[in-house]
This record gives sequence, structure tokens and C-alpha cells, in this order.
Amino acid sequence: MAVKVLVPTPLQKFTNNQATLECEGSNILELIDSLETHCPGIKNSLCDDQGEPRRFLNFYVNSEDIRFLDGTKTQLKDGDEVSIVPAVAGG
Amino acid sequence: MTAVTTHTQTQTTGATFEKLKCKECGAEYALEAKHVCEVCFGPLEVQYNYDLLRQKVSRATIEAGPKSIWRYRSFLPVASDDVIDVGTGMTPLVKSERLARRLGLKNLYIKNDAVNMPTLSFKDRVVSVALSRARELGFSTVSCASTGNLANSTAAIAAKAGLDCCVFIPSDLEAGKILGTLIYNPILMAVKGNYDQVNRLCSEVANTHGWGFVNINLRPYYSEGSKTLGYEVAEQLGWKLPDHVVAPIASGSLYTKIYKGFQEFVKVGLVEDKAVRFSGAQAEGCSPVAQAFAEDRDFITPVKPNTIAKSIAIGNPADGVYALEVARKTNGNIESVNDAEVIEGMKLLAETEGIFTETAGGTTIAVLKKLVEAGKIDPDETTVVYITGNGLKTQEAVQGYVGEPLTIDAKLESFENALERARTLDRLEWQEVLV
Repeated sequence: MAVKVLVPTPLQKFTNNQATLECEGSNILELIDSLETHCPGIKNSLCDDQGEPRRFLNFYVNSEDIRFLDGTKTQLKDGDEVSIVPAVAGG
Repeated sequence: MTAVTTHTQTQTTGATFEKLKCKECGAEYALEAKHVCEVCFGPLEVQYNYDLLRQKVSRATIEAGPKSIWRYRSFLPVASDDVIDVGTGMTPLVKSERLARRLGLKNLYIKNDAVNMPTLSFKDRVVSVALSRARELGFSTVSCASTGNLANSTAAIAAKAGLDCCVFIPSDLEAGKILGTLIYNPILMAVKGNYDQVNRLCSEVANTHGWGFVNINLRPYYSEGSKTLGYEVAEQLGWKLPDHVVAPIASGSLYTKIYKGFQEFVKVGLVEDKAVRFSGAQAEGCSPVAQAFAEDRDFITPVKPNTIAKSIAIGNPADGVYALEVARKTNGNIESVNDAEVIEGMKLLAETEGIFTETAGGTTIAVLKKLVEAGKIDPDETTVVYITGNGLKTQEAVQGYVGEPLTIDAKLESFENALERARTLDRLEWQEVLV
């Protein structure tokens, strides 16, 4: 199952400076593990010590904030776009 | 995909700002176009050399400066002398008489950024700083995610500075805010979605285009501009801090930076330290910070905005947690009001003080009233309410709530008849009566 992931600038040091990646996973947690496989070290940046996404990172599936969906258990399907965006922006 | 250009700059000797520092983990960074920590994604904030500031700045040096925010330039993160000064700042601090009496307050002041220059909102402060910094970091194109006022300001000041400009707004903004951006001839992207979606899109664009987004990669510099709302009030009160401030909360940046401004003035000895209570205002249809405050939470649950107060309709506020902290540690409150109260707030300020504010100002006035009625503002406190935008930009909000003109014939009798009826009929009733 291929999911397109948009990677923010501060994380592109793990992705050979690529802003987009293709990954797999049936939900956000699995996707994070898949990202770690492709880009070793990235999970530590994405998640806190409890393995939850960091407080200042937001995840969007097809433009919708996962906090309005099913959080890290939000289901993913082939062709979905997941965007990882630092929370501190705008205003 | 366009490669992202790295913009760096070595600090000029003598400048009072030194580095960027993460508010969460303390990691330090060079003074680049960078807004979040690479370790924990916390917000980066400009750090100053306060010893140097103490040496460089006095009340006299500030008073001798220009009548704009640049009188406080040692407290702002711009190194070169070539700042963009479009007369922004030093807006009136009005001692309220009629509104104060109506509310039962003895020492109420209105900081009136509805007449800030050049685009009639507080955003001209942050944009003046951001674009001055953008220019010295080498950007030729500037951008922003806006609820309207920022779009006006970025487009106008970019035009003045000769910078290319591309701004993003939600497509359902008030007509005045759209026209008031287009006139400066930027590229204007009206995004089908709410502000939070615009903001996310802009973060993605910022990843792939080497532009200076004032409220994304330039945000640490941009947000410092709001401190001038604190500095000016302190100076205009005769180098004293107020007892209580009431300000709108959208992202929470303005609210927290007014607090920082006061703290800095204390730190360098320009004013005496005192406890200042910070109260915040949100519209009920988009009140994630007020909800967290009411529920005693230390985290923000995002919401989908549904309010006429579009300029403060941010459902996922970047500085929400810091706004909560400020309210709690200063013994302030964060309250929300519904759209009907927002309109009443706009009318109340206009009818008592002659100031036509936009919906954000209506929200702030309505929250001020609510706090007074709940006994949460002491009548003797020196209270400053911040009016951050101009009502001419959001006329749709009050259309139908302010009556209609009395159309008469050009005859004395027609006037006398109309005057008689106007005095005897309720104004709203009058709308339905033909003269």
C-alpha cells in the first residue's frame, strides 16, 4: 500500500533532502515505522519517549488533521497523502 | 521542485540580538530563516543581549526616535539601518470616558490599532519587522498565510519595499480584505478551505519554495513586532505598566508578545516591575484557547472555526499553550463571546468612543464587558483594551444591524417629519418605515 508523505524541511536531513516520499502502512503508527525503515533515525524526531507524535508536530491525512479523524490509528489506503507539518506556524 | 535556498547571515557587531533559541528544549540556532527546533519542533524565539540593551537604550533615546515602531529598534531583530519604516506604530492610546462609564470602569484605555499604518491593523507592526529582516536575509519573494489583515499588510509593505509577493487566504474572506490585498498587485491565492488549511498548505509550500513566509520561516522575527504594542502602551502611560490588559487571541502570538514586551522593559529598567493581569478574548465559534482555559487543560484541542470573527478564526493556534500559560501565571482570564455579542461589541465601541473596529475588536470589547460584569476586572484597575483592526474591512458583519439612513425629500417639511419620527421610533423599527 503506497502512501505519499510530505516531509517538512527540518526532517529532510533524514530523507536526502527529499520533500516527498512513498511509504507504506495501514495507519499512522505503521507509517511512522515504515518511514523509520526508509530513513533511519527519523522516528526519534517524529515521536516522543512514549512513541506518540511530538506535541509540536501535526499529521494530516488528505488535508485533514488526524485529531479530527482517529488520531494515530487513522486508517490509510493506497494513494492517500500524509502531510507532516510543524505545529508552530501562522497567526 | 524548486530547491530551497539557505539564507544565513552573520550577526552585525553591535546588534542587540544574538541567536534563535527553542522555547521548549533550549537548543540554539544561528539567525536564519527558521521557525521550529530541529530536535523537538518547538518554536524558536529571538534572544537578545540585555546587558547591551541596558547600555544602549534609555527613555530619552526612545523618545528621540521616530514616531513609529522603529523608536524601539534595539528591541527588534533587524541588524541593518535600512529598515522599512512606513509609519507603523505609535497609534493612539485613548483614555476612555464614555465606554468606561458605561462599563463602570474608572481607568480604561483603548490602544487603537484600527488606525495603524499603512493598512489599518496591528499586522503592519509584525510585517514591517518581518520584511525588514527578510530583505537582509536576502529574500526577494515574501509570502504569508492570512485571515485577511496580514494579507493586506504583507502585500502593501512588500509593494513599498519592492519585494515580490504571493499571499494565501481562505476563499470566503470579507470583500474588503480581498480588495484591500489585490490593490497592491500581489499574487493572491484564495484557498478553498479554512485558515488552518491555508496555514498547512503554506507550510508545505515553504518546504519547496525558497520564499520568506512572514509567519512561517520568518515567524521568530515577525512575531517580535507585536512586542511594540506593549512598549507603546508602557511609554504612553508615562513609562508605567497597566494593571490589566485585554487582548484578542487568535494564534496567541500577539497576546504573549505584549507580555514579553512588558517583561523586557522591566528587565532593562525602563519601567518599574508590577503585576499585570492578562486577559484574552476569543469568539465562541473558534475558541480552542478559551475552552482549554475553562477546562483547566494545558493542551489545545483544535476546532473547526465557525464565526463572523474571521480575522481571529484560528482553530489550531500555534501559541495557544503559551497564551494559556500567560493567562494563568498573571491571574488573568480567557473568555469567549458569541457572534451576536461580537456585533454588540463593535457597536458599543463605535457609539461610545467613535472607533469603528472590525469583528476581532468587537470580540475584545464584548469580552471586556463580560469580564467586568462577572467581577473579573476591578473598576479601579488601569485596564488597557487592545483594538487591533478596522471595521471598514468587515462591513458585512454589521450590515443589517446598524439601521438605515433616513431618505427624505430636499424639503424642510420632509426633514422635520423624519426627525420627529426618528426621535419617537426605535431606530431598527425605522428601517421598515418609508419617509
